[in-house]
This record gives sequence, structure tokens and C-alpha cells, in this order.
Amino acid sequence: MTQEIKQERKLSIELSSEGARGIKFDKAENSASKYLDKKYLRKEKANLPQIAEFETIRHFTKLSRLNFSIDTHFYPLGSCTMKYNPKSYDMLSALQGFTNLHPLAPDIACQGTLETLYEFEQMLKEITGLHSFTMQPAAGAHGEWTGVLMAQAYHKKNGETRTEIIVPDTAHGTNPASASMGGFSVKTIKSAKDGRLDVASLKEAISKNTALVMLTVPNTVGLFEKDILEIADIIHDAGSLFYLDGANFNALIGNVKPADFGADIMHLNLHKTFAAPHGGGGPGSGVVGVCEKLESFLPVPRIVKEGEIYKLNYNYPNTIGRVKGFHGNIGVILRSYFYLKQHDVDGLKEIAENAIINANYLKEKLKKYFPVYFDYICMHECVLTIDKEKFNGVKTLDIAKRLLDYGYYAPTIYFPLIVPEALMIEPTETEGKKDLDGFIDAMIKIHAEIMDNPDLVKGAPYTMPVKRIDEVSAARNPNMCWSAN
Amino acid sequence: MFISNTKKDKKEMLKTIGVDSFECLLQDIPKKLLNTKMNLPKPLNEMDLVSHIQTQANKNKKVLNFLGAGAYEHFIPSAINAIATRGEFITAYTPYQAEASQGTLQAIYEYQSAICSLFDMHSSNASLYDGATAVCEAVNACVRANGKKKILLSKTLHPHYIETVNTYLANTDIEIVLVDFDNGQVDIKDLETKLDDATSCFVFASPNFLGVLEDGESLQQKVHAKNALLVSVVNPISLGVVATPGSYQADICVAEGQPLGNGMNYGGPHLGIFACKKELVRQIPGRVCGIAKDKEGNRSFVLTLQAREQHIRRERAASNICSNQALCALNAVIYLILLGPEGMKEVGEVNLEKSHKLKDQICQLNGFELKYDAPFFNEFVIKCPKPAQQISDELAKQGILVGYPLNKFDKSLENCLLICATETKSEKDLQTLVNALGGLK
Amino acid sequence: MYKAEECKYAKSHEWVHVDGDIATVGISDHAQKEISDIVFVELPEVGKQVEAGKQAAVVESVKSASDFYAPVSGEVVEVNEAVKSEPSLANQEAHGKGYFFKIKLSKPEELDNLMSFDDYKASL
Repeated sequence: MTQEIKQERKLSIELSSEGARGIKFDKAENSASKYLDKKYLRKEKANLPQIAEFETIRHFTKLSRLNFSIDTHFYPLGSCTMKYNPKSYDMLSALQGFTNLHPLAPDIACQGTLETLYEFEQMLKEITGLHSFTMQPAAGAHGEWTGVLMAQAYHKKNGETRTEIIVPDTAHGTNPASASMGGFSVKTIKSAKDGRLDVASLKEAISKNTALVMLTVPNTVGLFEKDILEIADIIHDAGSLFYLDGANFNALIGNVKPADFGADIMHLNLHKTFAAPHGGGGPGSGVVGVCEKLESFLPVPRIVKEGEIYKLNYNYPNTIGRVKGFHGNIGVILRSYFYLKQHDVDGLKEIAENAIINANYLKEKLKKYFPVYFDYICMHECVLTIDKEKFNGVKTLDIAKRLLDYGYYAPTIYFPLIVPEALMIEPTETEGKKDLDGFIDAMIKIHAEIMDNPDLVKGAPYTMPVKRIDEVSAARNPNMCWSAN
Repeated sequence: MFISNTKKDKKEMLKTIGVDSFECLLQDIPKKLLNTKMNLPKPLNEMDLVSHIQTQANKNKKVLNFLGAGAYEHFIPSAINAIATRGEFITAYTPYQAEASQGTLQAIYEYQSAICSLFDMHSSNASLYDGATAVCEAVNACVRANGKKKILLSKTLHPHYIETVNTYLANTDIEIVLVDFDNGQVDIKDLETKLDDATSCFVFASPNFLGVLEDGESLQQKVHAKNALLVSVVNPISLGVVATPGSYQADICVAEGQPLGNGMNYGGPHLGIFACKKELVRQIPGRVCGIAKDKEGNRSFVLTLQAREQHIRRERAASNICSNQALCALNAVIYLILLGPEGMKEVGEVNLEKSHKLKDQICQLNGFELKYDAPFFNEFVIKCPKPAQQISDELAKQGILVGYPLNKFDKSLENCLLICATETKSEKDLQTLVNALGGLK
Repeated sequence: MYKAEECKYAKSHEWVHVDGDIATVGISDHAQKEISDIVFVELPEVGKQVEAGKQAAVVESVKSASDFYAPVSGEVVEVNEAVKSEPSLANQEAHGKGYFFKIKLSKPEELDNLMSFDDYKASL
């Protein structure tokens, strides 16, 4: 009988042999002590691994094969929009003309990138209806905080001090965190019974002290706010601004312009709707668009066109300033530009259409096994939960881990907070029906296991490189560095 | 374009859903919102896209680059791209489901460890957006740690870093005080005047924006004597030869990690490095990866200390940061492992040598002299016989980026250029620059 | 050490055990079961003034951060270092070695607003 012979996975430092070399440079003619006094010199060699190049390649290639990834697995992660990342964009964003460009090179030497960024902004304006964009924020959360600062600058310019920001209880954690970072107090309003924003609660909560109301549309339970036009009016009548968290833009793209329903500021997660890869945790990009009355507050520099030449312009006296070094995650933005160049309006509509059909199909097929918390027509994602009475003590976490054994990454779990034991599923438009059917099949099998063999599910996963991890001990005694070993 | 569903698939799914057409699924959206028009150009197929983009890329001029000032041209070994562009790394999600993400997690753990080894610091996080935002997070961490409301920033920090800190702290009650420089280094007397019991931290860079190295030990003594925290900003590629922040007791050390295996990419994505002393571990912002055991006792890796982060603490989170620059950190850790301690020493020494050689050659030209009699790594300030901006413009016409004109940095430096020479500059390249400077009218 | 029966309780699951004008506080057994494995306890500094009903500490599990509200007002005179270095004590001995800190009471009359052990048990 053959069994897999398990070999312990090593850290690179554990593969180290004294004297082994990877990349070499020709030695300098003189040692550092010729140029620098002793006190400026490093005393001891760094405790870095000494490994040959080949071993490094093998080490990391083996590590890569431990991962799930979009290229290998279906990721029904709600709110993450794990769609296919087109391969040509890897090659194109790596062109030397783009990667070797110094951010402080004179504008005239950067016309390729500047023209591309300018055109990208024009396309985003067309798609969202907003007036202007900044490319600078490095991620969604960064964009949210940028928006919060602009809202404050706007009110200040109008002679008003407003100190409160309203978020619904379904908001992504970055919303209240960004508000807090911007120096605001956060008021959370409870959602209505149907999972949508409770308009009455909004009316009650909003005041002359509200600077901003931050909403995700469709919301994080996958539902479109039917009353969005009334909601926008309430926000604006109170003199507040409407911030749109663009994380769920995949449901709207091509069909709805956020400016049309009253959004004043929005960020777009380029690593979500706009197909830039997640990279295992980054880099992303959170470009931010604003309506005309907020344009002057955008971070600098902005990209402008003068005749046929594209330039960086720093001359905006009301700008909130810089939110990071240089101009933004250009390498990421380029990929999203390529993506938009390959889609016209019909192409964009097709994205939203397939995303929404896929999500509703999954909901219909799964709802008799896993209750749908808000059983309405959903947008690009839906939220399921467990049946506390019938599931024999099996929790959402267990289902997530068991799905890994079936070859599917788990949906988003325990978010949004208003749904107990939440399973938020977003298939995206790039998954086809046969893959969805495979997922449905796996979920149905897991349901059967929950009924007949709940302990099996509670002990999952079994087929991963590691079994279920003891996160408690890891948190109580954190070991974050190999020299702690 | 990238849709897998066929018409037949959609028809079947709509039937299962129980609606006649897709439009029924949009019933919650007010009709007038759906009547919108968008004007977008004709979409490009892959062949035409590649052709168009190659043209765009070629519009960026290929130059001989001596410009540093926060973004650096370094040699990037091919092994890095070979690994980091693998689909399993690049299209993976954030490693929240640890059992399915051991590749990414071990890579992050190794990145954190390599940074600690290189910097001589106790702990590192999984990275932040860039050097500028890392300085902001460091300052916030100091204020959280000791509750004091005044921070000192050296004027020789990168101007973008100072600007970003100003933006970050605009709506807080934290006082920002700038410390002067003298002969290219922190003016110790000015620092002593401004340091007091209300000071939370002092942030300085070594090498600083002017390329000059600081005496960390003497700064450390002054700052710690006043019970303030010391934050240093470093160039990680210098640490193969230059004294580490750990060696002069920095409490927090941050850096722009772009020089480690990442292209300049017109300014991003770059890599914010954050490392600190053991006592400050709970103040670390952003993601951290730790070692754990699985239920069978096998070593594994997991995102840990998550209860500090925004998705749990929400408005009470120390920072709103969600993502890290995982792929850029991957490039950096592969770089550090490929080079190892010997390679880091080699590349550091070559940078030192090239820049010092270039400095010597330039100073032989009439009217050019080294501005600061102070130690430097791979960047230095040259005082020129004409305004630096003019020289920069003239040489740009010849396809040479001579350096950063410092008139924008400080009015007293109108005729000064910040010039950088990394290991990528050959003898011929150095000669080309020197000839161009010599040939100026 | 701080017997559950001898304590008074806030609705938000904190207990108080009084000895003269010093009140020891911690989280109830019910709370520690709800939170489950505690990985970190963020305690106030000695000397800090705490106010009844206001957040004074944070209890972290792997997946959550729960606020601890001071059940009574006063000055923090002692902080339990043991629970800082060994957070599991808050689970194992919520009424013993896993206490959080001690307060010098500034408004002893606040104790009248708290529940007795029996009332607290009934409220669960």
C-alpha cells in the first residue's frame, strides 16, 4: 500500500549552508571602510539564508503549489470579486517602458504612461458619471480615508464643522475605521428587516453634524437599495455628502452610473471589478472619483492635458495634499486600463449580467440546503447561513474548511455582521455554469455530511497541506520571525 | 470577453431562477438609472491591445538614469519574476483561509524574518503601502504607545513623507515640529532645543533625502534621554554595509522597500516596510503572519493578532489599513534570499563605490563641488556652476536624467543636484554623465 | 479568590468584588465562555481614572475584540500583569487569577446600581 511520505516543509533559513551563494555581483575594488567611518558600517553579517539560486527557485515554486489561487480554484468570495486576471496584462504591465520609468522623470519623458493614466481617468468618468478622479490611493481603505478627508475639507470651506459620519451596520470594517482615522465619530444605523438600509433610521440619525454617509451599493448582503434616490435626497438635504464604497461595483458596471443616484465621492477597487490580481494580499489600488464641487480637494498631482502633451499638475490650492509618495500604484492601474480597453458598454453590461445571473442561480440551487438570510432577487452576491436547529452543531467555519477538501475556496464567512454564521457567495462573471454546478454539487454533498456525519465536517480540512490550524496559541504567543526559533 | 457562460447556459440558469429574462433581475433598480448612456471607444482584441500598449510603452523615453530621490534603479534578478508571476502567487487571495494559503503565508513569514535579520529589529509586519505611509503609521504607533502629542520630523526626510504625514495628522491634535539640518545631517543643537518631555518621537532618515548618512548612536542618546521614541527611515539595500537601525536602538524602523527586487514603475506599487522593538509589537499596524501548529502538531503559518485590525475593531482600529503589498513583499524576500548576506554586502559596496567614483570624477570638473562633507551611500549633493534645473533640462535633451534639482527642496540649494549612482551604472555610463556635465556651456 | 457569589455584576458581564474601598474587576464566567479562547487583554495603566459604564479595557479572541466597561468609577491602583502575559487565565479563572485590575472607588454608591449574583444569573 502506498502512502504519501510526508516531508517537513523547511524555511529558507533552514535550507541555508555556510558559503552557498545565489546572485553575485563583481566585487567592488575597495571595501566599504574606504568610504565610510567605522561607526557608519554594519558590524555583523545579516542572518539571511545562504542558498544557491536553483534551491531558491525550487523552494518558492514548491511554496506556490501549496496555494489555492484563481488560476487553480473557484473563489466564491463575497465582496472580493475574484474574477479571472487576464494573462496578457501580466506581460504588458511588465514592459520595460513602464517598469523602468522613474516617477520624477520630466513629464516629456513619460508621455506613454501619462497619456494612459489620463485616458483611464476619462473612461472612469464615463463609466461612473463622476467629474474627476485621483489615481493616488493605494487601496480601497486608503481611498475611503482620502474621501473622508475631502468631505471634511469641503465642509470646512463652507464654514461648517461637521464631526460625524454615518455607516450602516452592514458596512465593511474599513468604512468606520477610515472615518475614525479622519478624526470623525462614527454613528452606525441598523438595517431594516429586509436587509436594506432602514430609511427611517437614516432620517433619524442624520443631522447638521453629519459630514458623510458611507454606503455600499449594492449592499454587503447583495441587495440593491431600492430607495437609493430617496436616500441620496435625505443625505443631501441635510447638507451631508454621499460616499459610495465601490467594492460591489461589479453588479452595476455598464448599467448604472453612481453619479446618477447621487454619489458625491466613490472609490473603485481596481483589484476587484477591474481585474487586477489580488497578489495574495496586495498591491491593490483604490482610485477615487468625485463630483464637480469636490474636485478642488483631490490629492495632487493630477494628470492634465495641455494641447497634445500630458503633464503632472500640482497647482491646486485647495488640495487635501498627498496621501502617499509619488503618484499611485501605477503598475496596478495599467492593468485596469488594459481591461477597460478591451470592453465597450456592451462588454461591461455583459460582466454585470453574468455576475448577477450566476449569483442568483447559486442562490436558487442552494437555498433549500443552506437558508438564504434575505431571500430576494440578489445582485452579484448572496448571503446564506446555517440552520442552527438542524445542522448538528456544524458552524459556518466548519463548512468553509470542508469546502477546501472539495477543491473550492470558502466563501466570505462571518461578514456582514448582521447575518449570524454568514456565508457570502460571489461567483463573478468569469465562472461558467458547469463550474457553478460543481460548486453546488460540493455544497450539497457537504450538507449531506452535516446531516449524517457532522464530526467529519467539524474536523475539516483533511486534504490540505496542513490540517485545521490552532490560531489561539499563535495569537497568545506570537512568533513572527525565524530568529525567535 | 472573459465570460465562460454560453447563451444556453444563461437560458437554463434564468429558468432555474424563475424569471423570463435578465432584465427581471434588475427590478430593484429604478428605471431611470438604467436608461443611462456611456461613450466608450471600440474595444480591442488581445492582438490589437498588445500592439497599442507596446506603442504606449515606447512613448516613455529610455534614459540614462542618475535620478534617485526615493525611487531607485537596481538590478532585478530574473528568478524573482519567474517566481512572483506564477499564477499561484499572483492570483491568490489574502490568506485568511490559512490552510489553503500556506505558500503565501510562509512567504510572508520569511519576508518578515528577512527584514528583521537585515534591519536587526525584533518584529516586522507583512508590509504597508509605501515608505511615506509607513512613516505615518510609525508616528501613529509612537503616539499610541506613549500618549504624547508632539512629534519631531527631520527636515531631511523625503519631502513626500513630510507632506503625507501632514495630511495624515491634519485632523488630530498632534503637533508636528521640523528639525533643521546642518552640513547635510540633523542639526543636533536644534534637535536638543526641540526635544522635550512632551515629545512622542523623532523621525530621521539614514541615508536621508540628501543622500547623507546619520550618526544613529548620537541621535539615539539624545532622543531616549528625553523618553521619546526613535524612528529611523532607511534604504534597505544599504543595510548590507551600513549600520543597522537595531544597532543604534531604533524603536521603530520604516523604509521604502522598492529597491529590493521591485521596479520603479513610475512610483508604484512600492513597498512600505515596518519593523519595531519587542515592546511595540502590539502597536504594529496592518497584517502580521505568525507560526502556528495545526491539530496534528505540524508547523503552519497563519495571519495572527487580527483582533487589532479594522475588520474586527472597526472604528476602534489603530489603522484602517486592510491590504499589504504582498506581491511586492514577495519580490523583496526573494531578492534578499537570492543575494544572501554576502550578496547584500557586495551590492552595497558596489553602490558605495560607484557613487564615490562618480563624485570624484564630477568634482574634477570646473565649478562642480561636493556640497556636504558628510558620509553618503549611493546619492550625493553636488553644487553646480549654474542653476540645477537648467542643467537637468539640458541633459534631459541628451537622454540623461542627471539627478534631482534641489531648488524644489530648499531655496538655499538652487544650484544643487542630488545625483545617484547604483550598481546598474557602468564605467561607460559614469563617463557619459561626466562628459555631458563637462560639455555644458 | 473573588467568589462569583460575592460579586456584583453589570449588565455587560463585568463583575466587581469589593474589599473596603478597593474594587477588583473582571469578566464573568458567562462572558469568558461566550468570547471563548481569549488571546489578549488590553488593560488600562495604573493611575488612570475610569468611569462607570465607559470602556476601560479590551478583551481579544482570535476573531473578536470585546469592550470591557468599568462597572464602577475610580482610579486604577493595580493591574493584573499575570493575565497580560497569560490571557488564558481569563478563561480558566475568570473569578480568580484571571481578574483584570483594581480600582480605588470614588463613588461607592454606584455599587447599588449593579446586580447581585442571583439577579445576574437570572438575567442570562
